[in-house]
Amino acid sequence: MGRFVFNLPDVGEGIAEAEVVSWHVAVGSAVAEDDPLVDVMTDKATVEIPSPRAGRVLAITGGPGDKVRVGAELLVLDVDNDEAALPQDEAASPGAAVAPLAAPTIPAPAASAGPLLTAKKAWRTPQASARVASARPTGAKPLASPAVRRRAHELGIALQFIPGTGPAGRIGHADLDAYIASGGNAAVVASRPAGSARLERIEAIKIIGLRRRIAERMQESKRRIPHYSYVEELDVTTLEELRAHLNARHGADRPRLTLLPFLIRALVCAIPRFPQVNALFDDEAGIVRRHAALHIGIATQTPQGLMVPVVRHAEALDLWEVASEISRLAAAARDGTAARDELSGSTLTITSLGPIGGIVTTPVINHPEVAIIGVNRIVERPVARGGQIVIRKMMNLSSSFDHRVVDGWGAAQFVQELKGLLEQPASLFVE
Amino acid sequence: MIRTKVLVVGGGPGGYVAAIRAGQLGLDTVLVEADRLGGTCLIRGCIPSKALIHAAGKFDDMRRAVCDGIMGITLREAPSIDLNRTMLWKEGIVDRLSGGVGVLLRKANVRVLEGWATFSDAKTCTVRTSEGEEMVRAEHVILANGSNPAALPGLEFGGPVISSTEALALDRVPERLLVVGAGYIGLELGTAFRKLGSEVTIIEALERILPNWDEPLTNPVRRWLERAGVTLHLGATVEMVERREGAAEARVRTEDGMTLPVAADQVLVTVGRKPLTQGWGLEAIAVDMAGPFVRIDERCRTSMRDVWAIGDLVGEPMLAHKASAQGEMVAELIGGARRQFDPVAIPAVCFTDPEIVSIGLSPGDAGVRGADLIVSQFPFAANGRALSMEAAEDGGFVRVVARSDDHRVLGVQAVGAHVAELIGEFTLAIEMGALLEDVAGTIHAHPTLTEAFHEATLRSLGRAIHI
Repeated sequence: MGRFVFNLPDVGEGIAEAEVVSWHVAVGSAVAEDDPLVDVMTDKATVEIPSPRAGRVLAITGGPGDKVRVGAELLVLDVDNDEAALPQDEAASPGAAVAPLAAPTIPAPAASAGPLLTAKKAWRTPQASARVASARPTGAKPLASPAVRRRAHELGIALQFIPGTGPAGRIGHADLDAYIASGGNAAVVASRPAGSARLERIEAIKIIGLRRRIAERMQESKRRIPHYSYVEELDVTTLEELRAHLNARHGADRPRLTLLPFLIRALVCAIPRFPQVNALFDDEAGIVRRHAALHIGIATQTPQGLMVPVVRHAEALDLWEVASEISRLAAAARDGTAARDELSGSTLTITSLGPIGGIVTTPVINHPEVAIIGVNRIVERPVARGGQIVIRKMMNLSSSFDHRVVDGWGAAQFVQELKGLLEQPASLFVE
Repeated sequence: MIRTKVLVVGGGPGGYVAAIRAGQLGLDTVLVEADRLGGTCLIRGCIPSKALIHAAGKFDDMRRAVCDGIMGITLREAPSIDLNRTMLWKEGIVDRLSGGVGVLLRKANVRVLEGWATFSDAKTCTVRTSEGEEMVRAEHVILANGSNPAALPGLEFGGPVISSTEALALDRVPERLLVVGAGYIGLELGTAFRKLGSEVTIIEALERILPNWDEPLTNPVRRWLERAGVTLHLGATVEMVERREGAAEARVRTEDGMTLPVAADQVLVTVGRKPLTQGWGLEAIAVDMAGPFVRIDERCRTSMRDVWAIGDLVGEPMLAHKASAQGEMVAELIGGARRQFDPVAIPAVCFTDPEIVSIGLSPGDAGVRGADLIVSQFPFAANGRALSMEAAEDGGFVRVVARSDDHRVLGVQAVGAHVAELIGEFTLAIEMGALLEDVAGTIHAHPTLTEAFHEATLRSLGRAIHI
């Protein structure tokens, strides 16, 4: 005969303590292995704790409503099997049949913002106690060899979330593999009744290649540049008529014109008066370089992610040359054949999502440029003109500027200039 | 103007390792060093001092053989030493290692500029070489400028007042050597010169020698100093030094307030080292500082984008192996790897007599929360190999510190002859997260000093055999 001390196991949700709801046994009861012992409630769920062993209950800790810490003594059993019987003072030391802090610490954060879950969940003692991962006290550094630490770091996995099955909770390569294979949720997840399955899988996607480059560039831009955005509404009815006319007239022999060549044409006309917008800011050297040439970056979605091919010397191209250059570059970017110098060297960038352009955007500046022009969707809207409500084709321009070197006043004037040019498209072609 | 991807400033164990690794990764790399390659460690620190300590130990062994004929070996007459030739031998080692660094850098396609770099902005420096000035502009800058011996106010270097650098290049053994500062550098050199025949006096402002190490570890060293006739003044300060021709007389204020004149041919000041932050345009880079050091994060990034700093420049411990580990990591980070500097612990070695090593937590350290410690030690007096190599009688031992709840090894320290060579196993145990049972379950070769580590862990588990 021997005493077996059963400590409250970690119920698998990073919970430090649980509240006793009701006991299924009393001192003196005989229990079989897996018999329910007690229901405990965490802030997430009520959990039924089964008995890990057969025996007679010698003592229980806490009545309904009492809180029991994870790892603290829950009950003491009188067990027959001498082999596993443990003297009381050793029951709490490592190597006990059931580790004092069984089950892993924190599963990947579960999406459980909903109401308190009252469905009973059965918590089972893991069968092979040797595989039970030790819980780490909050703040304790996970135990792992340098190779495991490095591999986890490279994969972007915080060791704190990985249950270690080695001695003293040491995390091995196998634990890391298991964590990855389980989709980052190696922790014990209690079973749930069928029909209400909650998806706990988290897909870890390594940010590499172009995606990583984009992430770095965007981070860099937002970190360094104090952005502000300015949105103005344009009446593009006349412009759209001109565009339709030109496309109809030259549809056969010239590339189809979109709005972008006109916008670029407007930039060509406006930049000489607003040179501060077509510039690169070398903020380490403290120098703004204003470019006479207009190299327009065109934000382009490709299967790999965002790329910005560059229309060089837009000031020297006519509408159709710009149009064909844009479509050539976009195709090259999408099929991955764009040359390096076709993807760099822009002085000002345009971002346009076409028909899904929304009403307002807050574009991120393509560092070290100082401005970006965002094109929103064209919609037909009733507007008041001379006391009449008329249907006009309206479009917004959402532009962001680097406030370190472009003040709001200048930016507003610049956008007003663009508005004036695009609303009176003839002025685009008048010196 | 040289344009490069990576510019490394400083050819010490931090800088040259960073440059070699960067070169291996195919990064266009330039290393600037004003002196010979190898840095303080190789040219005027670790390596030359270990050579001198070794020579001094040999000389001392022979001298002792004259009178008492240990192990049946007797020398008929006293040995003599020509320190000039000792230094030449030492220089030979330094030359070989420094040349080796040069070869490795070449093999890694690193361009080495010999000259002094002065920064004009974060990514641009001018290097004054023997052939004139050369501008270097880099995408990434690794600062590995290192450190210099710290001077005591009123005890500036010059004449008989020397730093470790000059002590390692003396052409004769000073008759009387006054060492100011009983840290590891002062004690290593003081011990070596005592063995070479100098009358050595050591002054330390604190109450004990080697203040960074706990007393049980330093006691054997203190006993050796006392037995060897080294005069120790603890809690004492040097009030002033009168410089005479070829000698000096120091006024020492002792612990009990007495003033004591100490005459010396050389006054060796070893009161620590300070990061080299002046004279190369650090101001122009405008990085944030952390006290006297350059502030870095866990990836050795400074506050300036793509400017990295490693080694003595960034803080304690000022140890070559820390600098190398940081340098290797920074090169890989620049090469696109995901890395961070996350050692569990950094080993430290003190080449006194006997030697002291330490890794991880000592029993007296704070920071062990919520867990009681198991501390266990095993004396070299009970180790066969130690007895057979005169390494058993100096009071040495291996000490293991572990958590009592899960038996994880948190720290290992040792004091004793030759223990420097044991630190690798201690460090590996800690990095691998070894438990006492892991070390206890590892067969340690007999007869070696490493058995003492094994026995210390066995003892902690109540199973020691040889004690």
